[in-house]
Amino acid sequence: MSAGGPPLASAQGATKRFGELLAVDQVDLTVTPGEVVGLIGANGAGKTTLIRMLLGLLLPTAGRIRLFGEPPSRRTRARLGYVPQSLGLYEDLTVAENLAFSAAAFGSAGADLEGELAEQRDALVRDLPLGLRRRAAFAIALSHHPDLLVLDEPTSGVDPLQRARLWETIRATATDGAGVLVTTHHLSEAEQCDRLVVLANGRVAAAGTLAEVVGDTTAAEVRTPSWEAAFTALDAAGLPVSLVGRALRVPGADPDAVRRLLADAGVPAQVTTVAASFEETFVVLAAA
Amino acid sequence: MSQGRAVWGCQDLGVRYGGVVALEDVTLEVPAGSVAAVVGGDGAGKTTLLRALAGAVRPAAGVVLRPDERRLGYVSAGPGVWADLTVDENLSFAGRAYGLPAGELDRRTAALLERTDLASARDRLAGRLSGGMRQKLALAMAVLHRPDLLILDEPTTGVDPVSRAELWRLLASAAAGGAAVVVGTTYLDEAERAATVLVLDRGRALLAGTPDEVLTATPGLVVEGPAKPEGVASWPRGARWRAWSPDGPAPPGTSPVAPDLEDAVIVAQLRQALRRAA
Repeated sequence: MSAGGPPLASAQGATKRFGELLAVDQVDLTVTPGEVVGLIGANGAGKTTLIRMLLGLLLPTAGRIRLFGEPPSRRTRARLGYVPQSLGLYEDLTVAENLAFSAAAFGSAGADLEGELAEQRDALVRDLPLGLRRRAAFAIALSHHPDLLVLDEPTSGVDPLQRARLWETIRATATDGAGVLVTTHHLSEAEQCDRLVVLANGRVAAAGTLAEVVGDTTAAEVRTPSWEAAFTALDAAGLPVSLVGRALRVPGADPDAVRRLLADAGVPAQVTTVAASFEETFVVLAAA
Repeated sequence: MSQGRAVWGCQDLGVRYGGVVALEDVTLEVPAGSVAAVVGGDGAGKTTLLRALAGAVRPAAGVVLRPDERRLGYVSAGPGVWADLTVDENLSFAGRAYGLPAGELDRRTAALLERTDLASARDRLAGRLSGGMRQKLALAMAVLHRPDLLILDEPTTGVDPVSRAELWRLLASAAAGGAAVVVGTTYLDEAERAATVLVLDRGRALLAGTPDEVLTATPGLVVEGPAKPEGVASWPRGARWRAWSPDGPAPPGTSPVAPDLEDAVIVAQLRQALRRAA
């Protein structure tokens, strides 16, 4: 881990307005060499607009975007690797043909394929299982040795061992000195990042390590012999109640209010205050 | 709720597509009023299992225990709604397919539109809804008739955390009302909320039980350290590394940690790879 140095990518007060809609509102974000930064947000929170500005596909209405110290351009694009959620592969070409095509576009020497991916080099991309398709997209995005890697939900849909192998590649890329920006809304991916920037309604709602983002957000935990009755009572009161095993949790709720509601409904229960999970914190931040 | 504590699911289920084994020896029990999670990546057999539970795939072996098809709700992976119909039309079409009387259909539709925050979108075409809204509509359609068994195939894939929390609240509310709920997912943090978890890998059960049972059964030691340890299988967790030491002790520079479900599945997959290699 050698995070530091001048930022590879930065947004300072980045703002984007589409007519009446303020999609991104004064957002600050930096990615420095060696670090993995997670950009987290619900749909419509402004993630995609911010990424498009960083990639140079959209101009900000106000604020400043810099890639490698200059405004995004075709030149900066050559130092960037991008894997969209749809992977951006040509499904009717083989793995090797996709790689050759990308190498030609970037004027790079290409890369060696490893392991199972090498065995499948002549397979059509559309015939590969999702895990291998994802690895192919990574290999291609990394083939021109980008200084900044931008990944959209990089491990969605694969099993934990495949997910671990993909994160090994991402982490190795950062350790070699590149910066990585990951957009996601999954805890298993957020946990892998060094720092998180949480967007809600176009603004930065929280930023820092996972522990810092969760901070002192709490949930009320309800233990009761009749979770069904407790759930129905809290749900009817409009609380964001969730079922975890046979216990209930209400993120951001005042435990006394929960106790009163359950007492009024005649449901015996023990209510305690516990630290919120990342996902619960996110729901609380998005509702604020 | 025709039966108080009915148990749905399957026993020793096998499914073949042509000569290919899609599922083998899979057992799942889902009591009424509980949520079971079926976890697996692409190609693990989740969809096949859920389709077999819904009666859409004929088993080659074993038994499926499911209610009459009118007492079943099923949301397939993918859209699950008619894109060219409005929200209202989707609900009334589904309601009539289940044979709901008009008065009952109106009452359930109004209640579910409110629950799902779709009331203001009732005249919108389903194809123009966001991913989260579309999944909420699909779920509302599947619970209109208060099914005894509710089957959902990856309802939260591509759905943001706010909508995901709402979807889980809806399916927990179906369980609170007495339904047995089976949810397919690729995310283990979601599976941790279920009463029981079945992890599939290449068509077979890799792990099964309550989340606590699965964690407790993890063999050997899961350890964590600041660097990638030598000589043991390891995987990154943020900037640190986790590793599995099958026979203990903790490798130098690491210390034991309590595994979570993600670790437990990685260890089980590593063990299986070792067994296959042997």
